[in-house]
Amino acid sequence: MRNIWLIWRKEMRSYFVSPVAYILLLMCALIFGFFFWTLLQAYLQFSMEAQMRGEMLPMNMPEEISRRLFGNIPVTGLFIIPLITMRLFAEEKRTGTIELLTTSPIRDGEVILGKWLAATTLYCCLLALSAVNIAFLFVYSHPDWKPILVSYLGLLLQGAALLAIGTFISTLTKNQIIAGAGTFCACLLMFVCGWVGEYNSDTWARVLAYLSVSTHMESFAKGTLDSKDAIYYLTLSFFGLFLTARSMESLRWRS
Amino acid sequence: MITVKGLTKRYARNTAVDHISFEIQKGQIVGFLGPNGAGKTTTMRMLTCFMPPSAGTAIVAGFDVLEEPMEVKKRIGYLPETPPLYPEMMTGEYLSFVGSLKGLRGAELKQRVDYVSERCAVADVRNKQLGKLSKGYRQRVGLAQSIIHNPEVLILDEPTAGLDPKQINETRDLIKSLAGDHTIILSTHILPEVEQICEQVIIISKGKLVATDTVDNLQSRTRGVESVLVEVAGRDGDLDSKVAQARIEKVSGVSRVIFKEKRQTRSTFEIETQKDYFVRGDLARAVVEAGWDLNELRSSAASLEEIFLQLTGTQVAAPKDEAVATEAGE
Repeated sequence: MRNIWLIWRKEMRSYFVSPVAYILLLMCALIFGFFFWTLLQAYLQFSMEAQMRGEMLPMNMPEEISRRLFGNIPVTGLFIIPLITMRLFAEEKRTGTIELLTTSPIRDGEVILGKWLAATTLYCCLLALSAVNIAFLFVYSHPDWKPILVSYLGLLLQGAALLAIGTFISTLTKNQIIAGAGTFCACLLMFVCGWVGEYNSDTWARVLAYLSVSTHMESFAKGTLDSKDAIYYLTLSFFGLFLTARSMESLRWRS
Repeated sequence: MITVKGLTKRYARNTAVDHISFEIQKGQIVGFLGPNGAGKTTTMRMLTCFMPPSAGTAIVAGFDVLEEPMEVKKRIGYLPETPPLYPEMMTGEYLSFVGSLKGLRGAELKQRVDYVSERCAVADVRNKQLGKLSKGYRQRVGLAQSIIHNPEVLILDEPTAGLDPKQINETRDLIKSLAGDHTIILSTHILPEVEQICEQVIIISKGKLVATDTVDNLQSRTRGVESVLVEVAGRDGDLDSKVAQARIEKVSGVSRVIFKEKRQTRSTFEIETQKDYFVRGDLARAVVEAGWDLNELRSSAASLEEIFLQLTGTQVAAPKDEAVATEAGE
């Protein structure tokens, strides 16, 4: 436990001492802000037209905005996640500090968990930036907060799962660029592999659609907490971390 | 303190370390010697539990590296070839991070960090980022990192590589001063280093153990045999180097004369003497009596260097002294 905390603290420090964390935070603030602003513009336009025609305003507009915003965040995550995980192991392998970790009395699992939790924490910080935009909705209207919370939970679980995959890919190479590109490719495939289900109903297509990370987001986006989807993300995280552990073990045999 | 038996590391196509066996007593400094690519680093990595051996066993500080790696790791300090530093960390912060990785905490951790930064002379850069330190400092921080938990065994992979001569001396002195408390293995391909700091030498070549002995014993193998460098010049006009060589060969005690080079009127020879002969006086007289000038006469001391080259060179099987490879066959 103490060792996990130790590694977590070291990783957090290295994110926040280097400009990495700040650049990611800035990127996310800009992108989320832009999404929110365009959605708000569309909403204003829509309500103005409705008023001109003398119609009633739809009641659920704030919820509509938050839902659309949350729909866009995973796409941003697709680009952000490789940037978070690519250095985790690749950098340690390149500078040789991995030798320090593997010859210290600390388990591989503790190193992996510490690193993954640090990556997840940083992702949480990025998600939290979008809460600034959501807060405006609460100032000017009264949206229901429970579905919003569920959506955040979904985003967090999805992020954690993809971060675990990214952590695994980072153990495969010394080169951060390769690790980042590989993670981006893997995440993108995980996102879009559900598309085959749209025009094909064979068993393999349905399985592939089920494996996609985006299909499991739908229930969370609607504000319903479906244990099936939560378990899917948790399983995927576990699977990624398991692969990381195996890869780290094989590192000892290969190197 | 360290017992290695039949340690082997095989890769897909080659064998990096081939059935190495040796034993190291507590408190010794042992030089691990071999040309580049001989398998020094691989052996050290197996001793530090970085990688498991393909065959054989190693018992470090009383624990088997395969069966109880955690216990071994608690008792060893390791400095890899490039010090494992996180460039964005401060020196003090890094040392306490490594300290807590090794299981230290609280007041003890703080006290050990103070102690090792004092001992390795890095106290003045405690608040500097590791990435901005000079090579010498980085090496010393690496050394400080390896002794932070006061390990029983210290494994240093080429601790003086890439340092300037002054830093090399400082590092050597530092390692020497650590000897009492720790058992130290250090790998190197620099021979004088071994002569200066080690008590025992283990020489490996192409993954095989070729000799293990004390430095004194190894040196005494060549003691008495001297190698002398002479430069002879003609007084007026040219000097026929063939004539000069023939004259030198007649001096009693000279066993072999090798013509090195000729520059203008000067010729240089390397002379090997027979055991227990001191030829320099006779040599000088012979040259002067022949009417030539003796420009230079110096002994090019036979040292570990020659043994090393003999043992690791192409004719590995050459001298089978009592000490050579006594343990290699086990």
